[in-house]
Amino acid sequence: MTKKPISLNTVTIKQALTGLQAKDFSLAEIYEATDQIVAKQNKDLNVYLATNEKASVEARKVAESPLAGLPIAVKDNFGTIGLPTTAASLVLDGYQSQYESTVTTKLLEAGGVIYGKTNMDAWAHGSSTETSQYGRTLNPRNTQHLPGGSSGGSAAAVAADMCLGALGSETAGSIRQPAAWCGVVGLKPTYGRCSRYGVVAMASSTDSPGPIGKTVEDTAILLNAIAGHDPYDSTTSQEAVPDFTSFLDKSIKGMKIGVLYHDLPGLDEIWPHFDAATKVLSDLGALVEPVKAFDPHHAIGVYTIVQRAEVSSNLGRYDGIRFGNDRSHFGDEAKRRIMLGTFTLSSGYSDQYYLRAQKVRTLFINDFEKLLKKYDALISLTSPGYAKKIGASEGAAMFGELEDLLLEPSSISGLPGISVPCYRDPNTNLYLGLNIMTPKWQEGRAIQIADAYEKATTWNSWRQP
Amino acid sequence: MTSKKQTDFSEKQVEHTAKLAHIPVVATETKQLSEAFSTTLEVISDLSEVPVEGVEPTHHVTGLKNVTREDVVDKKRMFSQAQALANAPKSYEGFFVVPRIIDRDEE
Amino acid sequence: MRHLICGLEVHAELKTNSKMFCGCKNDPFGASQPNIYTCPVCLGLPGALPVANKKAIEWTIKLGLALNCKINLFSKFDRKHYFYPDLPKAYQISQYDLPFCENGFVETSEGRVRIRRIHLEEDTGKLLHKTIDGNKVSLIDFNRSSVPLIEIVTEPDIHTASQAKEYAKKLRQILRYLDIANCDMEQGGMRLEANLSLANTPDVLPKYKVEVKNINSFRFMEQAIAYEVIRQTELLDKNQTPAQETRGWDMQKQVTYSQRVKEEAEDYRYFPDPDLPPIEFTQTQIEIMRKLLPELPDVIARRWEHDFNLDPKNSAYFLETQSGAQWADAVFADAKRNKVEPNDVANLIINKKVTVDQTTPVTEVIEKILAATRTDQLDPNLVKEAINSIKNEFPTEWQRYQAGDKKLLGFFIGQLKKKINQPLDPKQIIELLNK
Repeated sequence: MTKKPISLNTVTIKQALTGLQAKDFSLAEIYEATDQIVAKQNKDLNVYLATNEKASVEARKVAESPLAGLPIAVKDNFGTIGLPTTAASLVLDGYQSQYESTVTTKLLEAGGVIYGKTNMDAWAHGSSTETSQYGRTLNPRNTQHLPGGSSGGSAAAVAADMCLGALGSETAGSIRQPAAWCGVVGLKPTYGRCSRYGVVAMASSTDSPGPIGKTVEDTAILLNAIAGHDPYDSTTSQEAVPDFTSFLDKSIKGMKIGVLYHDLPGLDEIWPHFDAATKVLSDLGALVEPVKAFDPHHAIGVYTIVQRAEVSSNLGRYDGIRFGNDRSHFGDEAKRRIMLGTFTLSSGYSDQYYLRAQKVRTLFINDFEKLLKKYDALISLTSPGYAKKIGASEGAAMFGELEDLLLEPSSISGLPGISVPCYRDPNTNLYLGLNIMTPKWQEGRAIQIADAYEKATTWNSWRQP
Repeated sequence: MTSKKQTDFSEKQVEHTAKLAHIPVVATETKQLSEAFSTTLEVISDLSEVPVEGVEPTHHVTGLKNVTREDVVDKKRMFSQAQALANAPKSYEGFFVVPRIIDRDEE
Repeated sequence: MRHLICGLEVHAELKTNSKMFCGCKNDPFGASQPNIYTCPVCLGLPGALPVANKKAIEWTIKLGLALNCKINLFSKFDRKHYFYPDLPKAYQISQYDLPFCENGFVETSEGRVRIRRIHLEEDTGKLLHKTIDGNKVSLIDFNRSSVPLIEIVTEPDIHTASQAKEYAKKLRQILRYLDIANCDMEQGGMRLEANLSLANTPDVLPKYKVEVKNINSFRFMEQAIAYEVIRQTELLDKNQTPAQETRGWDMQKQVTYSQRVKEEAEDYRYFPDPDLPPIEFTQTQIEIMRKLLPELPDVIARRWEHDFNLDPKNSAYFLETQSGAQWADAVFADAKRNKVEPNDVANLIINKKVTVDQTTPVTEVIEKILAATRTDQLDPNLVKEAINSIKNEFPTEWQRYQAGDKKLLGFFIGQLKKKINQPLDPKQIIELLNK
């Protein structure tokens, strides 16, 4: 019999499911606690752009389902019926989607309740949540700092216990990086594992919806709910969806793990913490060694060009005729990305930029394929540093791309990855994340390694010691 | 294969690109944009040095092919007229409305 | 003497049940209201994604095979970008450098017209111009958005307006025969565009090209081409090069008029659509599709000429549909067996001298034909006898008819029909009555 926690918004999904089953507490109490913390914190943290008034009522109706009606925060680029969808842009101010995204449909079918829509970088263009046209979100661990992005609102919602779990999306770092900056777990599935239907498109060839949670287990539970082939999305795979929770509590003894990007300069203060993390893995029985990979700096170029090209194409539909407001409502970052993307596709330049970028992309894919034949998983730092201070992204034309340097290679290659907290600075209360990458369709293996690490360490602030 | 290494994005190019992209840009913005774009091009200029002879571009990472659907009407996804127009700033008798276009193909 | 260098671009709406990239109903012309056959995909809403219609792809290959094209075993869809209110995503999903079919041909009586490419794309919405409360507006209907459109582009092999018409008619015949498109030009089911210029020698392409659009019928196309030849000749005679531009056909004034001067070619920024995986066929699959092609109209027409001595001018009527062609085949064969000239049969049917159609069983057809031809063999004496007997039966009516009441003619013919149980030739009857 578990001891009833002080505030029921601070439980994990797993704890909630167990506690509800055992009737240690009720769903209403969870909602009461969540409502209280949101009322208290949302104005300052600016996590939610909209909240669902009917959440607790909806929850009662699905109490018997796998997700038991628990409150889940959803990034505001998922189209939802009943709650507005703005992608944090003024172009979509007031837009009410007339159809539900596949991922949120699956979430609802599993019994999750959409508690609210979270703030993000406008159009997912960024790694700070500062480009939101509805104000920035603050990092709940240290409100002088940014939560990261573009799923900053979702990561902050989890970190602040303003939900029990969240959904985000990653194009190149946008789940894992904010998860690292907020000290929570972020899981980016294989591209094609979760449907993009209904998600405001950013870079169509890398966008991956995925869960952000308090523990690795929670993200596995959420991924179970949202993964799977979708006949409405031609890029989803028929690959069988395993029970991702079956990979928990398993030994990683004998796994071969390659360490990437350990030669990145300027991180002298960070490496000791990262090295401590890799030592934990070898103590758990894994064979850990550094390995050289294709220079991640080239991924910046690939990602910058491919993403902006696809963005310029995907954002052409926003003309204020069928919905939304006209193009003069775009913020500066969006304008820049659309224009540069247009340029890289334009006549006389597209071979040199777009086509070339897609060729270098092949080089990354081949490199990972080669590495992952030798190693079961590859790890790196999630972010080259702690969460930056507010205002850091302003005026910095390539802020996001530079922050996501370590994540872009796996994102452009379509690989899955998970970030788990691996260190907390006692002075700033800011976190570092450990990024674990596995071959396509092997999210389970990433979960296995992340779960083993999480349970062998104390960095996760929800794990009961 | 020679590649032009462009790290300069002129204000004229800014204007041309803005027009192509239908992005309203005022004269006071073109200088900033020109600088921002030049910075970006500089940051990614390393890409022109990477050898790519004989390398095929990857447009789809999934490796999927021949993803199609049967030729069947999907009633449950079809909108009513009201749903189609639900977010339209202006509508008229079931149509979306825009100020008169000088036609490409007619008149 | 200058040579006309002309290529045609034809767009045909495929008659699939559903649209090209979504499951909305494909019936824009039949829709009773605007914007009732839409969904997130064809409205270009945030988050919408395309899924390709398998049948539309199969039909494109079918057409390519029927037009003697090479089918690309690897093909893809590309995004073609431009801004226009009837294009909801601000790009059209089309095909750029790897279309489904390439390098085919169509034979015409004035020479072979090579097909450069055939590709598949989605249609746009429709714009309607109105003035509402004094404001000039355009109204948009997306019922047609994303309907599958096949585009057939020829090489500039067409040298006369009549050849252009023949080519277009042949194309329409094949599209209808394969049962993949209705090609109703008034409904926009088939759209024609001509690219033309005049050259001093037939093999050197001139440096300019005029695009003529907004052609609603084959007749207008002939007229527009003829008009352009004159217009361009006049300019060239004055040593002026006609402007590289798009012109429309004004059917009232019967002239082409300038629509848009192309200062710079539109930059469509094509790139492969990341939302649609590529399409791959094996050679075996293509061969199977080729074998499944029906016998094509041209081939049948030649066979009929050979086997039945059928005048090619008569064949087109019977070659609109596969079922029609099969029926006609059986009818001509049966006619031949019964020693009736297939050409006569064809003429009788075409000129509606007998009431038969595809649904008429073949044996019945021959009976009717024989009956019709038998009218010439009516015995005039038999008829005279019958007329005399009727005159006696109806003396009052006969008097009135002779006095000038021509309305009674029908009455007498009716009486005669009752007496003589054979089909009557009205002309012969009138002659005999008036004797």
